[in-house]
Amino acid sequence: METTISVNLKIWRQRGPKEKGQFVNYHLDNVSTGSSFLEMLDMLNQQLVEKGEEPVVFDSDCREGICGMCSLYINGHPHGPVQGITTCQLHMRKFSDGDTITIEPWRSAAFPVIRDLMVDRNAFDKIQQAGGYVSFNCGGAPDANATPISKEIADVAMDSATCIGCGACVAACKNGSAMLFVSAKVSQFALLPQGKVEAARRARAMVRRMDELGFGNCTNTGACAAECPKNVPLSNIARLNREFLKAKFKD
Amino acid sequence: MWLISSSVGRKLIMAITGACLVLFVTFHALMNGVAIFSPEGYNAVCAFLGANWYALLASAGLGALFIIHILYALWLTVQNRKARGNDRYCVVSKPPQVEWASQNMLVLGIVVVAFLVLHMIQFWAKMQLAEILGNHEPDPQNGMYFINIAFSQWFTPVVYIIGFVALWFHMTHGFWSMFQSAGWDNDTWLPRLKCISSWWTSIVVFLFIAEAVVFTVNAHNGNYDNCPVVNPGAAPCEAVICEGAGCTDGPCNGHCANAGEIVEVFN
Amino acid sequence: MADIKKLEGMIDSTPIMKDYADIESAKLPEYQIDSKIPEGPIDQKWTNYKAHQKLVNPANKRKLDIIVVGTGLAGASAASTLAELGFNVWNFCIQDSPRRAHSIAAQGGINAAKDYQNDGDSVYRLFYDTVKGGDFRSREANVYRLAEVSNNIIDQCVQQGVPFAREYGGLLANRSFGGAQVSRTFYAKGQTGQQLLLGAYSSLNRQIEKGQVRSFNRREMLDVVMIDGRARGIIVRNLVNGKLERYAAHAVVLATGGYGRTFFLSTNAMGCNGSAAIQAFKKGAYLSNLAFTQIHPTCIPVHGEDQSKLTLMSESLRNDGRIWVPKKKEDAEAIRAGLKKPTDIPDQDRDFYLERRYPAFGNLCPRDIASRAAKERCDAGYGVGTGNAVYLDFKYAIQRLGEDAVRDRYGNLFDMYQMISDDNPYETPMMIFPASHYTMGGIWVDYELQTSIKGLFAIGECNFSDHGANRLGASALMQGLADGYFVLPYTMQNYLSDQIAVPHFTTDTPEFDEAEKAVRRRIEKLMAIKGTKSPDEIHKRLGHVMWNLVGMGRTLQSLVKALDELEDVKKEFYTDLRIVGSADDLNTELEKALRLEDFLVMAKMMAIDALHRNESCGAHFREEYQTPDGEAARDDEHYMYVSCWKYTGENEKPILLKEPLKYEAIKVQTRNYKS
Repeated sequence: METTISVNLKIWRQRGPKEKGQFVNYHLDNVSTGSSFLEMLDMLNQQLVEKGEEPVVFDSDCREGICGMCSLYINGHPHGPVQGITTCQLHMRKFSDGDTITIEPWRSAAFPVIRDLMVDRNAFDKIQQAGGYVSFNCGGAPDANATPISKEIADVAMDSATCIGCGACVAACKNGSAMLFVSAKVSQFALLPQGKVEAARRARAMVRRMDELGFGNCTNTGACAAECPKNVPLSNIARLNREFLKAKFKD
Repeated sequence: MWLISSSVGRKLIMAITGACLVLFVTFHALMNGVAIFSPEGYNAVCAFLGANWYALLASAGLGALFIIHILYALWLTVQNRKARGNDRYCVVSKPPQVEWASQNMLVLGIVVVAFLVLHMIQFWAKMQLAEILGNHEPDPQNGMYFINIAFSQWFTPVVYIIGFVALWFHMTHGFWSMFQSAGWDNDTWLPRLKCISSWWTSIVVFLFIAEAVVFTVNAHNGNYDNCPVVNPGAAPCEAVICEGAGCTDGPCNGHCANAGEIVEVFN
Repeated sequence: MADIKKLEGMIDSTPIMKDYADIESAKLPEYQIDSKIPEGPIDQKWTNYKAHQKLVNPANKRKLDIIVVGTGLAGASAASTLAELGFNVWNFCIQDSPRRAHSIAAQGGINAAKDYQNDGDSVYRLFYDTVKGGDFRSREANVYRLAEVSNNIIDQCVQQGVPFAREYGGLLANRSFGGAQVSRTFYAKGQTGQQLLLGAYSSLNRQIEKGQVRSFNRREMLDVVMIDGRARGIIVRNLVNGKLERYAAHAVVLATGGYGRTFFLSTNAMGCNGSAAIQAFKKGAYLSNLAFTQIHPTCIPVHGEDQSKLTLMSESLRNDGRIWVPKKKEDAEAIRAGLKKPTDIPDQDRDFYLERRYPAFGNLCPRDIASRAAKERCDAGYGVGTGNAVYLDFKYAIQRLGEDAVRDRYGNLFDMYQMISDDNPYETPMMIFPASHYTMGGIWVDYELQTSIKGLFAIGECNFSDHGANRLGASALMQGLADGYFVLPYTMQNYLSDQIAVPHFTTDTPEFDEAEKAVRRRIEKLMAIKGTKSPDEIHKRLGHVMWNLVGMGRTLQSLVKALDELEDVKKEFYTDLRIVGSADDLNTELEKALRLEDFLVMAKMMAIDALHRNESCGAHFREEYQTPDGEAARDDEHYMYVSCWKYTGENEKPILLKEPLKYEAIKVQTRNYKS
């Protein structure tokens, strides 16, 4: 049954990317355990606005775990303590009355803070722009069933393609590495015949862009896959390494 | 050059050097095992790996591997810390799937290196290096002699075992990690590699620890002092027939367990 | 304002419409609408159009700039395809990345007339089902074109690397969806929208890398700039620093989605809004069929006052789930009181009301029908949960297929349900209730997808064109991509062909100055109110009014009452709004307030549109107009037209224009999902 709880919030507030941030403590009563975590923050913001204070800025959009817009590093975990979900899917029933919840932004040099808990994840778009596509123009595609693709391959490709680009992998990684994100896209295309044609070019270009943007090196800690809200598996990184090395040895 | 400029290339270097070091460490553990069972055999190995051209070449290669592995590790760490940004998380919590070792490879590596420094001073400096420098007293090819000296000191086994434990952690992660970095991994093989990784590392480290314990016990019991192989001044060994289990105290000195076995006893 | 008591018993709104709108001028010759439908038989229209339209040659394409607002399926596909053709594209979105547009949340699938299942599908049948599903309120020629290009979409997406579900033989798998008797829906797990959007996003990225598309994130369009009667640019607010920016182009495309969040609670994303449509409306674009807002039958019920949005459970669940409520009122009451569990109710005491009322389609009847039937049962006192919920039960599917098969098909949806509701749907039936989901109405466009403003185009959900009074499942993705990949890139050239002599625009013109000033004035006005209520508080109030009075079942009285209450909400907004922070900075409260101001206009237009339409059709259900057995009673004689509303001023009455609908290739009939 749903009840209400009180929580103490320790939230990172920062005006801008260049300014110094600090934690601010808030207390919130009467939080329904059926509410989502972001609805709890909405409540906090409503109270702040009533007091004439500026609300805590955080990203969220679809609130059903698919757009990848929400972030938040909650109690030491990106997207909170429950694995396999995004922050917007986290519910307050996972917390107890009187809990102190620490909320921080993604911290990574490649994701500068814009305001409070909102960060700039534009670097992810730039990586995708480097080669995360099949190069062809609309209209030139053959019939969809012209190339059979085994169900197993299609399913594995789907598991890779399920990445929502939220950046939790980078946030979780002690090295600020974007390998899981990049490898998911490279894998999806490397597995499918449509993407295989330029697999080498893609792997080279995307890894180069990733490195240029200041992401760290992967040290196979596996924190990315463990914290990934979509459970994108670590084997994608091995596949990326393989694709990249294959491409380089071919040169 | 992509092995330097790309993150995947840099990790490949770590993987390759790591793989070589794993092989070296494995070989080293097996080689030390010889010293438990046959001091002569061990000294023969030491002689084989003295200042010969092939041994020197291999040593130089090995040194290079170590240096590359360490330099790349430092370089990667600096880059990774930079990538992390200036503000650190206030609360950090490790997900259960993440190995503790994987997040502390540098620290573990440093512990191993610290151990290595002592190890090199105790052995390599007195053996291969001495041979190169032309020091022939004491005999740089008498590995057993140096084992005896090193393990007579109380701190040696302590430092060694700390080093071995660090090595265990370092290698359990590094072993499967090198396959991952080289791209030889998938969903099926990841758990298998992790399993192989644990077994392999555990066997190697167990061997090392067992060896250290045996050497320490023998060194402290003075067993090596009388052995002519270890100590050329001592009287030769003679063979006796073991009287049976329990005779480890006294003349058998721990070398026999079953009655009727022929054992070497030091006078 | 009308006295509601006086309206008692009245069902025809025509006598009072003059209080709200000008519906008489529709007959005047200057208000006749040209939808530019090509000549010829239905299956030749698009072919003929393409054969005779004007094109822009490759060398000239690079002289032309196009602004595309929005990066959902329609926006991203249009931006990338126009760029592939060689146009210079300027692409805007309010999120931090084009990939986050709300198309990404579509779960179930995308329709196409491939007939891969050999079950008798064809372009005509897809066309027929869509027109019928839309209750004969959509434009026939557009729908036929949509069905025609549907197959190309699947080809395009597969080539993009979209990992559609496949059979073991390696060919594409299909499933069936509401309103169809064939399996024509292609899907990628429960994430079809995501995969299609990422496909479009990948093509878009390729063009961004080439420099052919310039991408602007975290920008919100606040005005369309008109020069000499044509749309020539936009004013946007940079959401990161609050600065107003100007962009000019030869043509502007709106792909800004629907206005479902007028209801506050909906399945739409937090950022979804109807502002672009309202800005276009104020500049002269017509808004059409606004009353047609789809209420999706399978959403997770509301849990409380703090709820920010509703979560949709894919319609595909209705393939195997059976919907029921208790047959006996006392059982329903016991369940609501927590004295009984759904599993305590034996089969013979369960009322599978959809199967009972619509034997031919059963649980797979169209969305509007399923939603209304749920509301009917709940209103009659048979609801479960809080009283506003019905059961969707998988017990029977598990008995028939086994739990593993059910898990394979719906596992991720079940997990999602359990996470939100804390109930395990493998053991106890899911609870569902209808929620605002999609808006069929929107900006009026002609066959070329051009609005009534020259040079302003509207595609995807934000236009009104293809779904009539109700959209079938898996058709929204089809429409967005059809518009973006295969329709707009052709039809736009017909407009652009005579623009090649027009040089690139500068934004240093009096028109841009004036537009920016107007936006600034608007922002200052809102900032100056300094009241006590946050935008969300007022928005929630608006949502209550809309859901209760302009929701699933409407009456003349409820709509008049809604219009009355909307005036109150509007008054509260303009007198008691409080926006903390500054206008020249990142300010999420200001963003919400600006969107809310437009929702207020939208809400009023929705109510007016619903009030004027004295019939029930599709998602528009006027309770006064129903058949004896509770079905929608359409009035084809008087209302077989697209209502097009023309803006006349802040406090002026909008003018109704009518685009008559003619059905030549299809026989108009009563929608029947019973037999």
